Amino acid sequence: MDKYTLIPILPLAAFVINILVGKQLFKERAHWVSTLAVFGSFLIAVITFFEVVNGKNLNYDAYTWVLSGSFKVSIGFLIDPLTAIMLIVVTTVSLLVHIYSSGYMHGDPGYYRFFSYLSLFTFSMLMLVMGNNLLQLYFGWEAVGLCSYFLIGFWYEKKSAADAGKKAFIVNRFGDFGFGLGVIMIFLFLGSIQYSDIFAKVGSLQGQTISLLGYDVDLITLIALLLFCGAVGKSAQLPLHVWLPDAMEGPTPVSALIHAATMVTAGVFMVARFSPLFNLSSTAMAVVAITGALTSLFAATIALVQNDIKRIIAYSTCSQLGYMFLACGVGAYGAGIFHLYTHAFFKALLFLGAGSVMHAMSGELDIQKMGGLRKHMPITFWTFFFASLSIAGIPGLAGFFSKDEILWLAYNGGPIGKTVWIIGTIVAGLTAFYSFRIIWLAFFGSFRGGHELEHHLHESPSSMTVPLIILGAGAISAGWIGISPLLGGNNWIAHFFEPVLGHPHVHGSHSKEWLVMGISVTVAGVGILTSMLFYLWMPGIPQSLSVKFGAIHKVLWNKYYVDELYDFIIVRPVKWAAVNILVAVTDGKIIEGIVNGIPSRIAAFGEHIRKVQSGNLQHYAIGMCVGFFAILTLIMIIFTK
Amino acid sequence: MLPVIFFIYFAIATTTLSILVITRKNPIHSVLFMLALFFHIAALYLFLNAEFLAAVQVILYAGAILVLFLFVITMLNLKMEVFTEPFIGEWPLSVSIGVSILLLIFLSIRDFLKGPLGPYTIDVIQQETNTKIVGKVLYTEYLFPFEIASIILLIAIVGAMVLAKKKN
Amino acid sequence: MVPLEWYIGLSTIIFMVGVVGFMIRRNLIIMLVCVELMLNAVNISLVAFSHYLQDLRGQVFVFFIITVAAAEAAIGLAILVTLVRNKGAVHTDEITDMKG
Repeated sequence: MDKYTLIPILPLAAFVINILVGKQLFKERAHWVSTLAVFGSFLIAVITFFEVVNGKNLNYDAYTWVLSGSFKVSIGFLIDPLTAIMLIVVTTVSLLVHIYSSGYMHGDPGYYRFFSYLSLFTFSMLMLVMGNNLLQLYFGWEAVGLCSYFLIGFWYEKKSAADAGKKAFIVNRFGDFGFGLGVIMIFLFLGSIQYSDIFAKVGSLQGQTISLLGYDVDLITLIALLLFCGAVGKSAQLPLHVWLPDAMEGPTPVSALIHAATMVTAGVFMVARFSPLFNLSSTAMAVVAITGALTSLFAATIALVQNDIKRIIAYSTCSQLGYMFLACGVGAYGAGIFHLYTHAFFKALLFLGAGSVMHAMSGELDIQKMGGLRKHMPITFWTFFFASLSIAGIPGLAGFFSKDEILWLAYNGGPIGKTVWIIGTIVAGLTAFYSFRIIWLAFFGSFRGGHELEHHLHESPSSMTVPLIILGAGAISAGWIGISPLLGGNNWIAHFFEPVLGHPHVHGSHSKEWLVMGISVTVAGVGILTSMLFYLWMPGIPQSLSVKFGAIHKVLWNKYYVDELYDFIIVRPVKWAAVNILVAVTDGKIIEGIVNGIPSRIAAFGEHIRKVQSGNLQHYAIGMCVGFFAILTLIMIIFTK
Repeated sequence: MLPVIFFIYFAIATTTLSILVITRKNPIHSVLFMLALFFHIAALYLFLNAEFLAAVQVILYAGAILVLFLFVITMLNLKMEVFTEPFIGEWPLSVSIGVSILLLIFLSIRDFLKGPLGPYTIDVIQQETNTKIVGKVLYTEYLFPFEIASIILLIAIVGAMVLAKKKN
Repeated sequence: MVPLEWYIGLSTIIFMVGVVGFMIRRNLIIMLVCVELMLNAVNISLVAFSHYLQDLRGQVFVFFIITVAAAEAAIGLAILVTLVRNKGAVHTDEITDMKG
C-alpha cells in the first residue's frame, strides 16, 4: 500500500469507524477520528504536490477488478499537475471544514453521523480526482452526489431539508443520465475506459458522425456534450442549477465544503480532465462557454436582490462556476482550474464566515435583520471582508489573478470569446456589488434585529475562527502562484498545467492586456462604490429602485420563476403519472392482479378439485375402476396394434 | 354333452345368484343367497376334480364365514335397512364401468395362450385321492406358507377379539 | 369338454359383479360380502387353471386364499362393529370424516 493509496483510504477508514462505533465509542469526540484522517491525507497530498512540482507523473493501477480481454476495470491513480492541485484544494478545505465543524456542530445529536458523512464525502471526492479511468470518476461522481444528499438532508426531521436533499439528488440524476450515456459512448467507440487509452485514441474519432434521429451529428461533439450534461448537473449550471440554493438547508460547513469548494467543482475538473476530447469539438466548447457565461449572469442577477445570506453566497458560487466553465469553453482550462483553486479559498471562507454570523445571530439568516456586526465579531468581519475583496477581483488578492486570467484569455478567444468576455465583465461588476452588499448590510450600520438578539452577539469560538483566518490567508495569497507576466510574475501555474491542459493561443498585445485588466478592475470598483452608495450612504435608493422597476425586481426575487416552471413542466406531470398510471394501473391492476390473482385462481381451482375428495369410499373405488379401465384400454391398444 | 349342460346350469346359477346377492335390500337375504352361491361354487370345484377344495369351501365359507356375517348382521340390528335406498347415487356410472371392463377382458380372453402342462394329470391324482396329493404337496413344498397361514389366523383371532371388545 | 375360456369368462363375470356391487351398495356389510364374492371368483379361476394345466399349485393357492379370506372377514367385521359402535351409522355416505 503506497502513500497515494492512503490518501483516499484514510477518510474511508474514518467513515467506517465513525458510522459503526461513533455513536457508542466516540460520541462527542468523533471529530478526532475524521479530522486526524483528513489531516493525514492532507500531509500526503502536500508531499505529493511537491513531488509533482519537481516533475513526477504517475499513472498506475492499484487494484485490477475485472480483466476480460481488452476490457479492464481497475482502481487506479493518475498523479499529474491537475490531480495535485485538486488534492490540495480538497484536502485543505476538507481539513479546515472538519476543524470548523467541531465547533459549529457542537451539541448536535447527530454529531458522529456528520463526521462520518464528511469523511465519506472526502473519500469519494478524492477517488474522483485521483482516478485514472472513467469508471472511478463515475463512482466518485455518484458517491459525492450521495454524500451531498446525506449532508443536505442532515437534519432530516425538517421537511424542507429532506426535500432539498431529494431535489439535489434528483436534479443531479438528470445530468448524470447524459454523463452515463457519454461514458458508454466513449467505451463503445474507443474500447477502453482508461484515460491513457482514451486520450491516445480520441483523435481517430475526429470527423466521424453518428446518425441521430435522421440527422448526422459529429461524434466527438455528441460525446463531449453528453459528458457536459453531467457537469451541468453537478456544477449547478443553467438549466440544472435549481438544487444549489435549496442545498443551503444543510449545515453551513457542508455548504462550504461541498457546494463551494469541492463537489460542485467536480464538473469543472471533469471538463478540464477531458480537455483533449473537448479541444476536438469547437461546437461543444462554444456550448460550454456560453452556458457558463449565461449561468454566471443569471445567478449574479438573482443574487442582487436576495436577503438570505447563504443564498446570496450560493448564487455567487453558481456564478463563479459559470466563470470556470467560461474559461474551459474558450480553451483556457488552466485558467479555469486556477480560478477553481482560488475560488475554493474565498468561497469556503465566505460560507464559513456566514456560518459564524449565523452562530452569533442564533440561526438568523436574513441580512436585513443584521447590522453593525463588525463591532461584535472582528475576526469574522475582517476575513469576510478580504474574501469579498478577493471575489470582487481587487488587485493583489487571489481572485484578481485568476479572474483576470480568465477574462484576458476569453477576450482572445475569437468571436464567441469576445461575447463571453463582455458578459464576464458585466458579471464581475455585479459580483462586486452583491458581495459588498452583504458586508454593508450585515457588518456596518446599526443592528436591526431587535434587542433580544443583540445581547447574544458574540465572536465564535477559536475552533471556528482559526479556519477562517487560515482561509483568509489563502484567499489573499493563493493567487500569487499565477501572477501574469504583465505584472512581473512568471505565471507559474499556467506553466505547471501546460503538459496536461495545454495553453490557448494568445495573440493579443500587451496593451490590450492592460486594457482588459483595467476594465475589469474599474468595473469591480464601480460595483463596490455603487453598493456603498446604495447601502451605506443613501439607504433609500434600493427601496425606490425596487418600486420603480417593480416587475424586474419581482422576477429576480422569484429567481426567474425557474422552479415554478420545472414544477409545472416536470414535477406535476410526473406526479400525476405516478398516481394515476403507476399506482392505479401498474401497481393496482397489473401487479396486484397478478400477485392476488394467481393465489385466488389457484384457490378457486383448488375449491373445484377438492370436490373429488368426497369422503365417500365408493367414489374413490369408482375412480380406481375408471383408472383401471383406462390402463387396460391403453395396454390393449398398445400391445395388440 | 352332459358336462356342458351342467356347466351352463352352474354358470347361469352362479351369475344370477351373485347379482341377487348385490341387489337385495335386506342384508340377510343377501347373505343367504351368498350361501347358495357358495354351494354352487363347491359344485363347480367338484366338476374340476378338486374334491378337497369343495369340502373346504363348504366347511369354511358356508360354515364359518357366512355364519360370522349372519351373526354380525343380527347383532347390528338393521331394522331400518329395508326402508332405505340400497344403492348410492352414482350407480349407473359404476354399472357401466363394470360392464365396460368386463367386455374388455372378454376381448382379451380370445388371445389367451395356455402355459406349459404340469405333471399332475387326472390319472395321477385319482391314483391317490385328491386330498392326499394336496396334503403331500402342502406339507413338503409349501410347508412354510402353511405355517405362516396359521400365524395369520392367530393374528385374526387376537385382532378380532381386541377390536370388538366392549370397553367397560 | 368345457373349454378353459368358459371358466375364465365365468370367473370374470362373478368378479365384475363383485366389483360393481362393491361400488354401488351403501351398506358396509354388503360391501364386505362383495369382497368375498370377488375372492371366490378368483378361486374359481385358479382351480380351473389347476385342472387344465394339470398342476396342483392352483389348488394349493386356493387353499391359502380361503384361509386368508376367513381371517380377513373376521377382522373386517370386527372393524365394522367398532365403526358402527363409534359412528352409529352403517352406510358409507354417512361416514365422510375424510371429506376434504
